[in-house]
Amino acid sequence: MTGEAIVFYLLAAVTLGAGVVVVTSGNIVHSAAALVPAFLGVTGLYILLNAEFVAGIQVLIYAGAITVLILFAIMLTEGGTGLGGRQRNEQAAVGAAVAAAMAALLIVVAVRTGWPAGSGTLPPYTPGAIGQSFLGQNILVFEGTSIVLLVSLMGAIMIARRED
Amino acid sequence: MDWLWDVLRALVGTIIIFSAVAFIAVMFGVLLERKISAWMQSRLGPKHVGPQGLLQTVADTIKLLQKENIVPNRADRLIFASAVVVVPLAALLDYVVIPFGVTRSGPLIFRDLNIGVLYFAATSSLVVIGILMAGWGSNNKYALLGGLRSAAQMVTYEIPIGLALVTVALMAGSLSTVTIVNGQARLWYIVAQPVAFLIFLIAAIAEVNRVPFDLVEAESELVAGYFSEYSGMRFALFQLGEYGEMFAMAAMAVTLFLGGWRGPVLPPVLWFVIKLYALIFVFMWVRWTYPRFRIDQMLNFSWKILIPVSVLNLVVTAFFVVVAHR
Amino acid sequence: MPGLSHYLVVSALLFALGLYAVVTRRNTVAILMGVELMLNAANINLVAFNKYAAPSAMQGQIFALIVITLAACEAAVGLALVLAAYRTLETIYEDEINVMKW
Repeated sequence: MTGEAIVFYLLAAVTLGAGVVVVTSGNIVHSAAALVPAFLGVTGLYILLNAEFVAGIQVLIYAGAITVLILFAIMLTEGGTGLGGRQRNEQAAVGAAVAAAMAALLIVVAVRTGWPAGSGTLPPYTPGAIGQSFLGQNILVFEGTSIVLLVSLMGAIMIARRED
Repeated sequence: MDWLWDVLRALVGTIIIFSAVAFIAVMFGVLLERKISAWMQSRLGPKHVGPQGLLQTVADTIKLLQKENIVPNRADRLIFASAVVVVPLAALLDYVVIPFGVTRSGPLIFRDLNIGVLYFAATSSLVVIGILMAGWGSNNKYALLGGLRSAAQMVTYEIPIGLALVTVALMAGSLSTVTIVNGQARLWYIVAQPVAFLIFLIAAIAEVNRVPFDLVEAESELVAGYFSEYSGMRFALFQLGEYGEMFAMAAMAVTLFLGGWRGPVLPPVLWFVIKLYALIFVFMWVRWTYPRFRIDQMLNFSWKILIPVSVLNLVVTAFFVVVAHR
Repeated sequence: MPGLSHYLVVSALLFALGLYAVVTRRNTVAILMGVELMLNAANINLVAFNKYAAPSAMQGQIFALIVITLAACEAAVGLALVLAAYRTLETIYEDEINVMKW
């Protein structure tokens, strides 16, 4: 086994193991804390895939901001109600079956399909290439995303604001 | 896959070496803090352990090591214990991209990542998670309030820090810290970007939760905030994380604005250390001269003053960079 | 050497975990966490395809960045909704949020 393979399996194990904790833990704070290793594992996979810029953004946004936001919401709400509530609904068995079927289907598709091998190589300085692409070929998507960001920011403030 | 091993080696090396170096630097920092505060208040400060009290922090650390690790009743043990690891680790990871000096074979840096500045912003944002976990895990309302305040504060002040980092990256045309230092060969960026430097300094003080932004651990309101319930070595680890983060912020400010290792006559590493400790002195000076803000004043200050000013600064900088390239 | 299909399998498993959380959790915050896992799974796919199928185009990484941005929007609005629901209904369990008007 090469070094890359060892690192890959390690990262996959961390990601999926933490993912299982996120999904199954009866304590919602533990679930939220387990999101951190799950996101960091995904970050490691990005680094393996030569996507350093995406990896940096992943840590900054997911591990640094979204997890904090989720923990914040839990502490503001569960702080009042406590952790006593039942966490799973009646669909647990059916849900597990559906999720397993979905996983099986996706894995079969992923393994059986003959994916086309790519030609060309990644540019040597990916952050630069991403910036060029965002302000060149993909300018419309870039601007659209920024409008969505602005609107959702305003929406979040409007929704969460106390009416008085 | 050579680069992968480089990254792994850099990470492991950083953690091992910096656990040792940062430990010494932090011990010295704590002593410095006590001496400077004493000097500003016309006291003498620690004086009896070692020559001029130099070994005071060593003695304190040994004392903390021997103390009992108290876990509060009905605390969330797993979260309580792991928060202690997250805070110093996140602070130590910052040091991977900081160039300390230069030798004939190249700059002294653990890893010159091509996303260096972004990496710094990303790792320093991880500290908040540890603080929130500590606040929740302690099963204490003061700790929880301290943790929540800290989350609000750090998330707010990350934005001006990020914008200041982007401004400098724009000037240098690169996210790599080594390229940024090299870009300051003729002129330090503090001259070209005084506004960004001030914003970075203010936001850095807020980010490491020091006076006047220490709402998180305001003694008179919240006991010691999120680490009220921690004792013994765990308390020491939080202190290590906090001072480690402060040194990292100061080192990054030196790299971005004060020309990093650059300077005449003296060796580069020495220049870096001199600048670093000058900034640390400023942090301490501020701490012992200013009163504490109120939480709403502090959040308003960031959202209504710092962020608009830094956005404006960024736009103006971008304009001049484009004009200069024409 | 792990190839494209290795990454796709990891991503499929992560997606299924997220789906399971979305379908079975009662706590709305936990449902949001499931959605985040699913978005992450999609991003692994995008970045993996970028490397193995079309390395020179960078479209996969660009798309992953946009997905991350939209995930941040989604989290902000979603959690604002959770807080609003908690304030009016005093619960964040999705099966108890069952009135149209309060």
